[in-house]
Formats: sequence, structure tokens, C-alpha cells
Amino acid sequence: MSELPTISGDRSLDHEEPLIFEIGRAGKTGVDLPDVKVTDARLGGLHRKGVIGLPGLSEPEVVRHYVRLSRNNYAIDAGLYPLGSCTMKHNPRLNEKMARLPGFADVHPLAPQSAAQGALALISELARWLTTLTGMPAVAMSPKAGAHGELCGILTIRAAVEARGEMRTRVLIPESAHGTNPATAAFAGFTVDEIKATPDGRVDLDSLRSKLGPDVAAFMLTNPNTCGLFERDIVEIAQLVHKAGAYFYCDGANFNAIAGRVRPGDLGVDAMHINLHKTFSTPHGGGGPGAGPVVLSERLAPFAPLPLLLLEKDGIRLVEDKSQAPAAAKPFGRMCAFHGQMGMFVRALSYMLSHGRDGIRQASEDAVLSANYILAGLKDVLHAPFEGPCMHEALFDDESLGVSTLDFAKAMIDEGYHPMTMYFPLVVHGAMLIEPTESESKESLDRFIHVLRAMALEAKAGRKERFEGAPRLAPRRRLDEVAASRKPVLRWKPELPKAAE
Amino acid sequence: MSETRYTEQHEWVRVDGDEGTIGITRYATEQLGDVVYVELPAVGKAIAKGAEGAVVESVKAASEVYAPVGGTVTAVNEALGGDPAKVNASPEEDGWFFKIKLTNAAEFAQLMTEAKYLDYVKGL
Amino acid sequence: MRFLPLTKDDRAAMLARIGVRDVNALFRDVPESAEAPLASFDLPDAKGELEVERILSRFAGRNMAAGDVPSFCGAGAYRHHVPAAVDHLIQRSEFLTSYTPYQPEIAQGTLQYLFEFQTQVALLTGMDVANASLYDGSTATAEAVLMAFRVTKRGKAIFSGGIHPHYAATTETIANLHGRVVRAPVAPGRVADLTAMIDEETACVIVQTPDVFGLIRDLKPVAEAAHAKGALLIAVVTEVVSLGLLEPPGAQGADIVVAEGQSIGNGLNFGGPYLGLFATREKFIRQMPGRLVGETTDAAGKRGYVLTLSTREQHIRRDKATSNICTNSGLCALAFTIHLSLLGEDGLVRLGASNHARASMLADKLVAIRGVSLLTPNFFNEFTLRLPRDAAEVVETLAARGILAGVPASRLMPANSGVRDLLIVAATETNTDEDCAAFAKALAEVLS
Repeated sequence: MSELPTISGDRSLDHEEPLIFEIGRAGKTGVDLPDVKVTDARLGGLHRKGVIGLPGLSEPEVVRHYVRLSRNNYAIDAGLYPLGSCTMKHNPRLNEKMARLPGFADVHPLAPQSAAQGALALISELARWLTTLTGMPAVAMSPKAGAHGELCGILTIRAAVEARGEMRTRVLIPESAHGTNPATAAFAGFTVDEIKATPDGRVDLDSLRSKLGPDVAAFMLTNPNTCGLFERDIVEIAQLVHKAGAYFYCDGANFNAIAGRVRPGDLGVDAMHINLHKTFSTPHGGGGPGAGPVVLSERLAPFAPLPLLLLEKDGIRLVEDKSQAPAAAKPFGRMCAFHGQMGMFVRALSYMLSHGRDGIRQASEDAVLSANYILAGLKDVLHAPFEGPCMHEALFDDESLGVSTLDFAKAMIDEGYHPMTMYFPLVVHGAMLIEPTESESKESLDRFIHVLRAMALEAKAGRKERFEGAPRLAPRRRLDEVAASRKPVLRWKPELPKAAE
Repeated sequence: MSETRYTEQHEWVRVDGDEGTIGITRYATEQLGDVVYVELPAVGKAIAKGAEGAVVESVKAASEVYAPVGGTVTAVNEALGGDPAKVNASPEEDGWFFKIKLTNAAEFAQLMTEAKYLDYVKGL
Repeated sequence: MRFLPLTKDDRAAMLARIGVRDVNALFRDVPESAEAPLASFDLPDAKGELEVERILSRFAGRNMAAGDVPSFCGAGAYRHHVPAAVDHLIQRSEFLTSYTPYQPEIAQGTLQYLFEFQTQVALLTGMDVANASLYDGSTATAEAVLMAFRVTKRGKAIFSGGIHPHYAATTETIANLHGRVVRAPVAPGRVADLTAMIDEETACVIVQTPDVFGLIRDLKPVAEAAHAKGALLIAVVTEVVSLGLLEPPGAQGADIVVAEGQSIGNGLNFGGPYLGLFATREKFIRQMPGRLVGETTDAAGKRGYVLTLSTREQHIRRDKATSNICTNSGLCALAFTIHLSLLGEDGLVRLGASNHARASMLADKLVAIRGVSLLTPNFFNEFTLRLPRDAAEVVETLAARGILAGVPASRLMPANSGVRDLLIVAATETNTDEDCAAFAKALAEVLS
């Protein structure tokens, strides 16, 4: 029986919402500001001549618009995100409350340092947690996101190599790496050389040995790796890299598997960025903001970028310029204006204080336990390319699934789940990478396993209807990405008056 | 009399005298999916055999197109700008990418004939 | 542990299902030497919510909040009033806790507001298109320079002397990997003619307006000089509210406009998270860094939005990407777009006017003090004064008196002995008449 179309075009709580430009009108406003007249005397002849073209809306209209938009979004507060390598854990609301204390939110970055000692002390305390958890002596706090932190780490390595007076132009990266790794290395001026994986999904030591040489600056590794597996040979890998005079960069995206249990510094890592929005629960916010502080080994510490945080007798001093840095410091430059993502620092520290070292360790263990529980529950119906146990994420592929990974994932949307990470890592065909995190209850995991089992069996039995063309129940069906790329429409434009016939 | 030869990276070049027309094969477009954009070289640019000549983009991937033979670019297919779908519809005719003036005719002889290329694709 | 839903029984049942005795078996690939016992971490154990609040409040209590005292700091971060509805809306679960919109069918909320945001940024800056935001104004500037290198296939970037020093340093760090940056001399309150510096090697000229001293710059002559040599003009705007009152860079010949969007929707937050805006011309679309949202239709023919032109980005192009950017500044962009929707044309114009009026009034009050002179004859809401004494010392003295008197130029340029007596002062709609009077009075006392 087909659904009866409604008169309004809306369907109960599911409203179609136009653009603000289509709702707004001239003469309306959502704020009450005084009308102040200005003279042009001090504007250098650059007083705006035309209109900007912004729509006007009252406050009730604005609120309704954004509330309706929000209802078209999936969110971790609403359901499980099995996204491998994203660590979509619960975002505690205490973090939000703390970040909004005026003593954090309303402090100007260039207020005299004597008037911001509490902020500097907080950054210093967070730095202490990060260095203690990772077993590294130093940390660069300013990078604004994971990829930014990665760039910071690679630039630190580049500076260290230059300081030795050496010419090392190659960076080695496993073929399973996330795209940011080679992008970052190339961006920093290095050529990228790929290291092969073994059949059991780990770094091929022979491939690594053969590629190492006096022109290699660094080896970039994710551990646990992008297949969700711990690199057993990591200590030997670090030794090989160091013996060749290179540095060992670790992508910290998967730190949630080992935080509070393994210290990357103990493994021989020289630099590792930490995604505060993954491991330490700062909210993803629909795509940002993140934060990516980078822990550094003794050998790399002197090259950390500005600003530097120095603990002195009479307080904490922020060093913002090379001319003010201590003699031993050789910062390679600056990653961004001001001091870093203070708002995310407060949230991350709130998370750390709430969990404590015991809670962080327990979280890592639960994350690994939950991923293995999912692996155990699904591996007889979905093909798992690597022998378990896995760490905090479980990898499957589309072998004998009967439908493509894409169609399977889109059908999950109709079942009420956000799809898992798809087609990554590239070393496996039709990859499906599932990371539940520690904040799912057993009931939630059981339900997820039950639904995915049933879906996999449907696919294998050849009953493809629910997969092909999915999703059908979401606010939108599949969108035409080809058309969007061929003829990009990246903004709303006012309609031009139609020409006379 | 023109002849078309092929590379293992799924590029084709049709040579007539010392002028070559270059594009990608049907097999390549099948692997790529819907083409959304083609980045073409500048007219007058010198490209060595095996160097990057163009970049062809689908929604999910961007692939380099290497010059099967070396030479100087004499023309590019402007029509692809407004209608990249031509590459999928007619990869070996209307969907050509660029033309070059060959510097070394011997490079052409080293490439696979159509029969050899079809065999090669069968084996993939 | 309130954030961990698994109980002891749950864990036992799960281990049994997996077929191992304890959780340590799942960590068997970790070399024994690498296993760190809990006691080896010198960190406290879990704390309850009340205690965490107390600890963090103590840190917060040791900072001077700008709202508690007369506060006139600017220099790249500005205190504006954000309507209550903004913070309330951005905390909706579906905005706060959602992921990047890679599954557009269940992310139309995010995609639509980003499409609206892109449109607003293009309108404000007077340009054709804008992206879905970058980390902040300084990294946006660096990305713009790299884009100019790519587009022009040249390697030299020229910075005007009025660029925020943090922006210059950030850009140099990145741009020096792919080309070189040349800085024009710093000349507070004056406009140097950059024409002589622009040559056939120049990819771009970067000018900030209003500049770090607050001076409004006319971009048209620089645009002409740059274009005459085939170079691009990159305009940098650190106080985006200025676009409510001033001619946008797009109308003055800019090829790329980058800005710090913090002033709209986002608080000071001691420097972050902030919001990078990036806008350019239609012809440069495929060279733009960062995420882009495009309009399209779905299988049922309905209008919808998707991330598009992703092949430029790192997860696909890998080592040939236009940048290595992954995140945008999502929630900060949302706050910006909601605040701007509330302001509308009328509100933003009024906001710009009231900022200028307030700063103008304050400038008059302060230059009436003996020994104080105004270096920037034209300004929006920020100006630079020459004091008869070291400005940093004056600021420190006034801070002890409970007044945040602005930013001494030496804070941004500590190695430049010529700016020691310069004070950069910002005034916004949040500064009351009483604030301004208190500042003038205290400054007069300190300088007498």
C-alpha cells in the first residue's frame, strides 16, 4: 500500500526546511540593536556602498529553522556510530559546562599573562596528563586538529634532521595508512615511499628494512594499525628506524585502545599526535573543532613550535616569539595564531579528571573488549580478513557478502544506525571497520550484532531489495554526488529577474 | 593512415604522422565510474613519455593520466570542461584529452597493439 | 564509573562469548615489556562531578574574565555580545555530537547550515564562493598563500607590514616549504607602497584590513599593482564585524579573502577554538582547500546537500592533495551562521556602526590625555595610540587596577624596539560609557 502524500509536504515531525535566504526578508531582525549614525570622517573613504544581501529573520524564525535542521542529523547522543578510527564515544555534558565558565570562555588570549595564570596552568596540567599517559617528556599543544598535529610532528622531525645538517628527503608509510599521512609528508616537502603489509595485516619488516636508508627522515605508523591490530614488532620497528638515523612518527588516532595501559614513549615513538576529539571525548560538532597536541621525545623536544609554556618560579610564562625563547629551544615556527584550542583543553581535562587513570585504563579495556565481542558475534556471517583478537576496532570485508559494502552500509541507515567506516583501510576489498568504543552498553552491542547478523544473512541469501537503493527511510534518499561534482553549486544565489519573452 | 596503441595504465594514443591524440580506454572509465572533471595540460607544454599529462576525477578518486609518448601539447579537448560525461560515453573518440606533436616516433612502436591490449585486459 | 556502561557481569559474559579467560588475553600482541601497570601512571584516580567542577573552577578563578572588568583587548580576537539563542542551539545533541557529514542522507542538518554559511561568507566578503571553514584566520592565510603558489605557479609571497605577526609567522612556517615569504617593513599607522616589491616571481600580495594596528587599508591600488604583474591579491580580515560597515575586499579587487570569524557567534576562549573563513572567485573553485558543500538532488528528486569536490582532499588525493586538512571548524561555523542569521542585514550594519562610534568616542577621550597621540587616522573599532611611556608597563599597571587596557604592540613584536610605546586599543558594543570613562581616567592617572 503506497503512502498517502500529505498536503503540506511535511510528514508529522519530519519537516522540509527551506534555506534562510528563502525565509528571510528585508526589514526583519532577530536582535534589537540601537541605530547609531556614523560619520565617514574616520573610514578612509571605505564606507560600504552596496547592500550585503543577508536575509532578516526574527528570533522565533531562526530558532525554528535550526531546530528543524537539527532533526535531520544522526548524532552519538541518539545512536551508536560504529565508525572505525573515529572513536565516537559519549561526549560528557560536564565538559560543556566547564568550558563555558567565564574564567575560560571570556578570557582574551592577549590579556597580560599575569591575568591569565589559571588558563596557562590548565594547559600545563593537560600537558602533564598527555605526557604522563604517553611516557614522553614534552608536548606541543597548539595544533588545531589531528591532521594539523601530524603536520606539526613531521615539521618537528624535519627541523631536527636539518639541525643535524643531513639531507633526508624520504618518508616511509605503510600502504594501509590513512590518507592524511602521505598528504602531510608530501605537504612538508618529502617524497613518500610505501611499505607493504604482511598477510596478517601488519608492517612487513623485510619491506621496511629494504626501504630504510640514510635518506629516510621518518617512518609514520598508526598503532594499533588501521586494520585494528597491534603491531607486535613495534619495538623492533622503532629500533630499525632509529638505527637508520630516522625518526618514528606515530599517528595517535587509535590511542583509545591502549591509553592507560601502554605508553608509546616506551615503544620508541619520537612523536605522536593525539586527537582530543577522539580519545578524550571533545565533541565532533558535525566536523570540528578538534585539537591535536603532539607529544615529543627528548630528541625532538627542542624543535617544538611556538608558543612554548615555561614553568618558572613565580608563575607560568608563555613564550610567543623566538627572541624570548630559552637558548636551548629551537622552535621550527608557529602552527597558528595564539595558543591553541583552549576550549577543547578544558573539555579534555574535564574528561580526564572524571575518568582518572583507572577510568582511562578501564575505558581502553572496555573498548577492546567491545570490539572483540562484535568480532566474535559477526565473524561467522561477515568475512574477517585477519585472525583475531583485534584491538578497539574490528575489520570485515565484502568477500561473499552478495552486496557491495556501500549498499550494505546504506541499508544500515534504514535500520537506525550510522554506517561503519567503509572502504578504509585500502589494503582490504570493500573494507568495513567497526569501532564501538567503551560507551556502548552490552544491550546496545547485542542489538547491533543481532541486526547486522540478520542483514548479512539476508544479503548472502540473495535478498537484495533492502540494500539496493537504500536508504529509503532517511530524510533524504541517496544523493547525486556526480552532478554535485560536475556542476558545483556552492551557494544560494538570488533569482535574477526573468528576461522578457 | 592512423593507428592506435595502448599502455598498461589504460591510456591510448592514436598517431597520424607526428600528431598523436591521447585519452583513456573504456576499461579505465569502467573502473573509474562517472567522470566529473578532467584537468588538462596547458597547450605548448612539453611532456616526456610516462610523465603526468592530465588528471581525471570521479567522485571518489582522482587518477593521473600519463603520456604514452613524449611530445609538445598542441591542443586540448575544451568540450570536456562543460561535459565530462563525454569521457564515459565515448572514451576513445569524443572523450579524447589532448593532442601532442611527437618527439620520438620510436616510443609509439614500443606500445601494445589493440589485440595485445585486449589480451592484457582479459588477464586482469 | 558513570561513563562506562559495562558491568562486571557484562564483561564476564562478553569474555565467555569471545572465548578468552580475561581481557589481558585480548592484549596478547602487546610485548610484555610494553605493558605499563596502573600504578606506574603518576595521575589521580577517577573523581566525581562535584570534585571535577571544584578543581576546574579553581583554574578558572585565577583568570581575569573580560566581562568582569573594563576590557579593550583586540589584536585578532574581539569581544562581542552573542545572543542567548546561539549557544542554546549549538548545544542541541544533533549539532554538538554529530560526526562529519560523510553520510549525507542522515546529515542534511549539518550540510544545509554549512551551505547557508558558505553563502553568507561569500556575501560578506563580496566574493563568488566560500568553503565550509578552516581552523582559524591564521591557517586560512597560510592556505591562501599556498593556493596562490599553485594557481600562479610562482613561489614568492609579499606580506604588507600591517599583517598580524602571528599570521605572518604561521604562514611563513608553511609557505617556506613551497616558496618564500617576503615581509614589507612594519610602519604603524602608515601605508607603505608595495608596488616596487611586486615582480614576475610574485604569486601573491597579502594585505590585512583593518591592519594589526587598526588602520583601514584601501585595497584597490594594491590589487591593481598585483594584477599588473600577474600576481593575486589576498585580503586578510581579522575583525569580521568590520564587513558590516566597510567596503568588502571582493569589491576592491581581492582574488582570495581569508578572515577570522570568531567575532560572530564565538567567544574569546583564550585563543581557540576559532573559525577560519576562506572565499575566492568562481574560476579558482577547484584550487580551494578545505571542505565544500554543494547542492544536488536525491533519488526522489528532492533538493539536498553533499560534501563535494572531495578529490582535492587528503583522504583521496593522498600525496597530491591541495592541503592536508581533515576537520573544519564545524560547531564554530554553526555559531557564526546562527548569530549572523539573527543579525541579518540590518543587525550587522547597526553592529558595525555602533562599534565604530564607540571606538571613535573612546579615541577622542584618550587623545585628550597629555602625551597620548593617535597613530591611525582611519579605523573601524580598533586604533593605535603612542604613549609617553613603555606601553607594556602601562598595561600591566592598569591590569593590577582591574582594567584590561588593550594590547601593547610589543606583545606581538617583542624584537621590534620601535613599537615599545604603542598601545593597540579595541572598543566594541560591549564597552559601556562607564568602561570608557574608567579607562580614560585610569590612563590619565598612570601617565601623569
